Parts: sequence; C-alpha cells; structure tokens
Amino acid sequence: MTGAVPAMALPTEAAAEPLLEVRDLVKHFPVRGPGLMRGPRAVVHAVNGVDLAIRPGETLALVGESGCGKTTLARAMALLLRPTGGSVRYKGEELTALSPARLRPFRHRIQFMFQDPFGSLDPRMRVSAIIAEPLVIHGLGTRPERRGRVAELLASVGLQPADGSRFPHEFSGGQRQRIALARALAPEPELVIADEPVSALDVSIQSQVLNLMKDLKERLGLSLLFISHDLAVVDFIADRIAVMYLGRIVEIGPRDAVARAPAHPYTRALMRAVPEVAGDRRRRGAQAAGGSAQGEVLGGDVPSPLTPPTGCSFHPRCPFAEDICRETPPPLEPVAAAARGGPPHLAACHFKDELSKLEAGR
Amino acid sequence: MTAAGGQRLPPPRPLSVLLWRRFREHRLAVASAWVLIGLTLLSGFAPVIATATGIDAGEVDLYNRFAGPSFSHALGTDELGRDLFIRLLYGGRVSLFVGFAAALASALIGTAIGLFAGYYGGRLDAFLMRLTDGVIALPLLPLLIVLAAVDLAKLGLPEALIQSEDVSLYRIMVIISVVGWTTVARLVRGATLSVRERDFVLAAVAQGAGGVRIVATHILPNVVSPIIVATTLSVGNVILFESVLSFLGLGIQPPIPSWGNMLSNAQELIWTAPSLAFYSGMLIFVTVIAFNFLGDGLQDALDPRAVRR
Amino acid sequence: MTRFVFVRLGETAVVLTIMSFLVYALIGLMPGDPIDIMISSDPHLTAADAERLRALYGLDRPIVERYRDWLEAALRGDLGYSRVHARPVLEILLPRLANTGVLMGLSFVLSVVIALPLGIYAAMRPYSRADYAVNLLCFAGISIPVFWLALMLIILFSVMLGWLPAGGMGTIGAESLGDKARFMALPVLTLTLASIGGYTRYMRAAMMETLRQDFIRTARAKGLSRARVVLKHALRNALIPVVTILALSFGTLFSGALITETMFAYPGMGRLIYDAIMGNDFNLALIGLLLATLVTLLANLAADVSYAWLDPRISYRRAGAVP
Repeated sequence: MTGAVPAMALPTEAAAEPLLEVRDLVKHFPVRGPGLMRGPRAVVHAVNGVDLAIRPGETLALVGESGCGKTTLARAMALLLRPTGGSVRYKGEELTALSPARLRPFRHRIQFMFQDPFGSLDPRMRVSAIIAEPLVIHGLGTRPERRGRVAELLASVGLQPADGSRFPHEFSGGQRQRIALARALAPEPELVIADEPVSALDVSIQSQVLNLMKDLKERLGLSLLFISHDLAVVDFIADRIAVMYLGRIVEIGPRDAVARAPAHPYTRALMRAVPEVAGDRRRRGAQAAGGSAQGEVLGGDVPSPLTPPTGCSFHPRCPFAEDICRETPPPLEPVAAAARGGPPHLAACHFKDELSKLEAGR
Repeated sequence: MTAAGGQRLPPPRPLSVLLWRRFREHRLAVASAWVLIGLTLLSGFAPVIATATGIDAGEVDLYNRFAGPSFSHALGTDELGRDLFIRLLYGGRVSLFVGFAAALASALIGTAIGLFAGYYGGRLDAFLMRLTDGVIALPLLPLLIVLAAVDLAKLGLPEALIQSEDVSLYRIMVIISVVGWTTVARLVRGATLSVRERDFVLAAVAQGAGGVRIVATHILPNVVSPIIVATTLSVGNVILFESVLSFLGLGIQPPIPSWGNMLSNAQELIWTAPSLAFYSGMLIFVTVIAFNFLGDGLQDALDPRAVRR
Repeated sequence: MTRFVFVRLGETAVVLTIMSFLVYALIGLMPGDPIDIMISSDPHLTAADAERLRALYGLDRPIVERYRDWLEAALRGDLGYSRVHARPVLEILLPRLANTGVLMGLSFVLSVVIALPLGIYAAMRPYSRADYAVNLLCFAGISIPVFWLALMLIILFSVMLGWLPAGGMGTIGAESLGDKARFMALPVLTLTLASIGGYTRYMRAAMMETLRQDFIRTARAKGLSRARVVLKHALRNALIPVVTILALSFGTLFSGALITETMFAYPGMGRLIYDAIMGNDFNLALIGLLLATLVTLLANLAADVSYAWLDPRISYRRAGAVP
C-alpha cells in the first residue's frame, strides 16, 4: 500500500482497555468513469492507514477539512462500511470478518448520529416510532416497556411526551437532532459516533444541543466519537483531539496539548483559523507580537485524494517543508514536550518537537 | 428558526393540506376527478337506477328499435330495443371494474419488482430491468391477442371455471396485469433508488435492520406517491386495452356488457344507427382522458420538482 | 461504438429466441391442433388414425423437443406453410409487411411533420393559451381509442359525406394511384391522428427541458435572436430524446396499425396476424408474431444507436448497456 504510515503501537494505559480500536484501517473507493474501464482503475484513498482507539467514557474529537476522510472513517468504525483493509476491534473482538448476522449484537452498542437533521429521520414515521426502532430491531423490551423508554428518552433530550406522536417535519433542525440523539441512546449504547451533528444547525442552537450531548454523555458514562470541522465546538466537548489530513491522522493527543501546543503544521493552521474573541487576544497580547505567528496562512487547496503527494502528504502546503518532507513520510510518534501522564500526544511531522514549542500564535 | 430548547414552533400545515391546495390549482384534474366520481357512482349503482326507473337493461322490445332519445329512454334504444342509457351504465360497471382491478394488480406486481430491483441493485436489478425493457419493447397488441386466444382447457384449468360466465372477466384481468406492470415498475425503481440513499435508510442499516424490514418500513411508505401517480395513469391504458380486446371479440364476452363489446355490436350498424357507436366509444374516451388528467394533476401536486402548469 | 452495436445485436437475438419459445408455447395453447382440424374436415378419420397421425407429425412429443425441431427448421430457412392460404408463410407475410410499412411510414411522417413544429411552438410559449390548447389536444390524442376514432371517421367521411370508401385497398380493376390514395386516406388519417398526441407532448417536454438549461441562456445573453437560438442550439439537443421516443414508439405504432388495418380491411401484416390467430393458422401466426417482434426490437436498437450518435456525452465504450 503506497505511503501507509507505519504507526507505533499505542501505549496502553494501565486500566483503560479501549472500547473500540482500529488498526491500520484502509478504505479505498474505486472510481468509475466512461472510458476508464480499459486502463488502470483510479482509486480514492479515503482512509489511508489509521490507528485510533476510544476508551470508555472519553470524548474523542476528530477534526479535519471536508474531504479528509473523517466521515468515511467514522462510518467504517460504525460498521456502515466494510474497510478495504485493517482491523476494527470492539473490546478486543475483531469485527471486520463477521457476517451481518454475527455483527448485529455489536450494532446496538455502537450508535451513529448523522449530520443532516432533515434526512436522518424517516418523514413517514412518527417520532415515537423512530426512537423506538432500535429497540424493535434488537428485540429489546415489550411494547409497554418500549413506550415507557421512549417517554423517558424524550424527556431526557428536552422534548415533550406529546411530541412522540408528531412527525419529523413538524420540528426544527435542533429538535430533530435531539430526536436523533434520543434514537441513538435508546438501546443503551456504550459508544456514540456523531458525524458533525451540529454543523447544520444555527449557532445559537448548536450550544444547546452540545450541552445536552455533553450532559447525557456524562450521566450515562458513554464514549463519544465526535466528528467536526469546527474547532470551537471541539474545544468545548473533547477530552482528546485527533486531526486528520488526506486519509491519515497527523496529530492526536489530549485537548489542551493539541489545542495550545500543536505539533503539526496543519493543526497549527487550523487553530489559527479559529476566530478570536477580543478578551483572549488581550490576554495573550505580549506573546502574539513575537514569534512566527503571522504569515502562516495555508496556501493552495487540498490535493485530490486520487493522487496523494509523495513523502509527507502535507508538504505542498506546509510553510515549514524541507527536502526530507518531500521524500519520507513522517511516522506518528510521541511529541517530546508532552506532559507526563494522561493520554500520549503524537504527531506525524519531522519537526514536531520544535513546532510544539512554538507559541501557537494565539 | 428561533425556538429555544423548551419552546415549540406552531405545527406547520399537515402535508395533505398542502398537496390538496396544489392539486386544486390543476382545474382539469379536479374536473376529471368529479367526472370519474360521477361515472363510478352511476355505473356502480346501475342496478339501483334500473329498478328505480323501472327499466330493465335486458328487456327486448322489437317494436321500439333504434328509437331516439325520449322521456322513457334517455338516450334511445339499441338494435334490440333495449334502453341504451342503462346498458351503457351496466357496461361502465364492467369496464371500470376491470380497469381498476387490472390496474391494481399491475401496480402490485410492478411495485414489488421495482422495490426489489431498486433496493438490492446489482444483478437482480440488471436482470429485472432487462426483463422490463423487453416487455416494453414488444408490440403489445398482437401478443395480447395471442394471450387472449389461449384455450384455457389446455392449461389444465378446472372445467367449471372455464364454462362459467365470468371467465372472460378474469382472463382479461390476468392478461392485462401480465403486461401492464412495466410503467409502475420503472417509476418505483427510480423512486426506490433515490430513497435508498437517504440518511434514514442508512440509519436503519446501522441498526442492523434486514433488507425486508427496510424495504417494507422505510422505502415503501416513501414511494407511495409515485405509485399512486403511476397507477392512476395506467388505468387509462388498461381501459383502452380492455376495450380493444373486447371490441375484437377476445375480451369480455356477451352477455356481459362492456363498452368495448357494445362498440363491437355497433360497428355493424353504423350505416343505420351511428349514434350507438358514438356513445359507447365516447364514454371510453372521456373516462380515459379523465384518468390521464387526474394522473397528471396528481403528478404535479405530489412531485415538488415538476414543472407547474 | 461498433462493439456496442454488436453487443446489442446479440442481446436482440437472445430476446428473440426467448420470445420464439414463448410464442411457440402460446400458439400451442390455442384451441385445437392440426389433427383436430383434419378430423373435423374428414369424417372418416377414426380415433386410431388420429393417434397415428399425431405420432407421425410428432405432436405427442414434449414441447421442448417440438420447439427444437421447429427452431432447426427455421434456422435452415424453412418457416413452414400457412394452413389457410396453402402457401409458404414468408410468401404471404412479406407483401403484407410492405403494405403495413407503407401505412406506418406515411402516418409516421405525417405525424412527425405536424407534431414537431406544434411541440416546439408550444414549448416556446409555455403556459399561454396556445400551449394550453395544444396540451389539451395531446391528451385527447393519447386517450382516444383507435378503433372508435376509425369508426367516427368512417361515419363522417363514408356514411355521412360519402367522400371516401370505408375499407379495402383499391377498386378492383381500376387501381390507379389516385384510386389507391382514396382508399388509403382514412387509414392513414386514423393512424396519424392517433399518434400525433404522444409525439407532440414528448417534443414539447424535450424542448422545454432543453430551453431551460443554462447554455441556452448563455446563447441568448450573447445576443442571438430567439429563432436562431431555437434552431441552432436547442433543436439539436432536444432531438436526442425525441429520436429515442420515435423509435421506441414503434411497438405502439404497430399495434395501432393492427387495429386500423382490421377496421378498414386493409391487407397489412397486423390484420394478417389477427386473422391467423383467429383462424388457427399456427405457422402463419407464429412467424408473423416473431417478425413483428423482430422489427420492433430492431427499431429499439436503432433508437439506442442514434441516441448515442447524437449525444456526444454518452460513451458506449463500456461493455454492457447503459442503464
């Protein structure tokens, strides 16, 4: 496989065995087109060798631009896609080779939330039926028990019991995501994978839904894999942050480490792009003037996933690129300046140690 | 959209009201709907009307042949002195019944084929669509004639059925269903393909729902609109086929009256009494065009992307 | 492109073969078999004779075997004899096919000549009164039963006005071109009127769809006059689906011709097939039906090919057909 970054084994924590773990996950999509049948098939390398682990009770945020492969990765982890290669393990059990029937019991423990509040609910079904559907499919509970559970769930997401007999189109976007959340929580999952759940909502509504998710997650002890391209959101909700670029993880670590001392140029650029509130800028006033903060705007567009660049896939846009970057893909390794204890901070850059020491430009 | 967590937006108008409004704009469709309701009611209650007015449809009165419209016979009488109006109503009963039934049967077959072809895709889809294209491509009438000419005894059907009076009715319904499902199948397959890609279907897949459950619970309710439109539009064609076959002597056999076979009788009489031919055919024409307008109106009302007339 | 044509030809052959088996079986299900007919015309045949004759002609063998024999003979060129006409089947079919061809061809040309401009006209004035009227006429056209239309026309032109004859193909003994024209007028008129509705509607829809597209707006923005835009740019694009539908409606046109021929006692292939089926002329019916099917399938193939040729966006280089 071209350019797959060999990843080091994730150092295991003393007590926390990962809930869901992917190793060397690869997902390729063949591209069809008229006239392309004779020659070599073009392939989109959507996910190009990813190692990731989610621990019980933690919120891992996955960020990146559109097209970096995060949705594909999320769907593969939620068993909606079959990976082209690599392994997906749930509590140690390998899932990729299982038949759909054997896969069923895992599905109720891993739930998925979609980005589009208007497409993820069946317009012909009443809300109570939508929320109860996972229970029906998995055969959980009798009818009266399900009714009770639906009422309980509606209440926990802040909706009225009467809303159960309504149809999705009678609700606003934010309310529909709450319904989707209720549906995801119905079968008492251990992990919820949320694919940009608030990106399609108005900013004022976003915080309500986010607060709700955070709250429920803590109360129920869930793990949450939260996909987003919005760093402000991520900052609010995440315990750990993973940054993805062109199908690979380029940086991963605890929230504070990644947000305040990013070690990868891409992460740095992302952090810089967050609009600042005046108060924060004043506080950091003295340091912002110095350093190479300014002028680190990223040039160029994301290269096409059809033809990833050689060496480090970020080098064409990287302001710090050197020759080594063009030739050797950097491995994902711990950053020297990482804090002791807690989850490790890893980055895939030849200059990660120097970069993490630089002020992130805030 | 300013609703905070606890507030509720006023519930929007239910979909059905919106659809009704759009439908109403299509005046021809509405008019057609009324015409069809009227025809159906009149034909359906033909026996009641017959007893009420005291006219027997089968009453032969050879002294009163080819009479013009009069007080006792609204449209006059036919070649045997029978009241034309009542006979037309009875004929309508049969023609409309066959039309609805055969269209419904075709719709069932077409829906099943379209759903499975659209949802499962791949080879099943390719095979079914080839089959559909094959049937569409054929010259239908000659084939229908052959099908209608089949000797039922050779098929091994029970004697009692073959000799029964209603056999021609069943036969023609089966024949038309066998070839009439293609429009519905195509439409349903198209609709299924687009519904299949929507997130709520994926959500059901994510729960581990099986194919049959997804098709039945999620896809079918969401393709109901195209099914209704396609079925309405196909009733017209079905009625045309039935009347052609009856006209050629291969469809509904006398003594059961249908507009088609009444027209067949009238053919020999065009030199003496052209009005007989006129009325029965006119009714077929009006019914078919009404179904077409109705289907068109439904299509405009139900399809958000259709060009508005 | 040639590869595509060959693939489709192959598919056509397959469909035709399947159809031939189905039709063979269906014909076999028609009332009576050749021996029964012999029996009814010859009272001296005993049951034992009938059995022997059946065995002789192989009528007691399973249908698959009989079909195979028929197929072998057919591929050798031996298509059998017509029982009713006592002549080889092809000898009877081909002249009739020509007659039907004339009828269909004339009607087709006339329909298109009227439908095309009518459709374009309506498309250029959408939602106007003229458009509304055209639309109404189209609906009428596709809803009218052909046989009734024929009857009404006969009543009008033959019974009431006495201008045109009600049937046949020519006055015996006086078969001039003018005479033939008189006899063909009503059949052609019937079939034409029956087809116009569908074609106009389709043309209008295709034209409107094309006119809505952005490249038309670009052309107009460039300052081209309306007429030029229509003629140069829109027409070619709109022709693509139109060509398809014209060829695909061959089947319906044939069915319409069948009715028309029956109504007017016109000696065409449609009527021949009908008579053959009703008269239990098995061979004739079988070959007639297959011939009709073959011609229809070829028309569809022609539609696909011309569609590909006209629309440069579609590439047929892939093996297998475009969905």
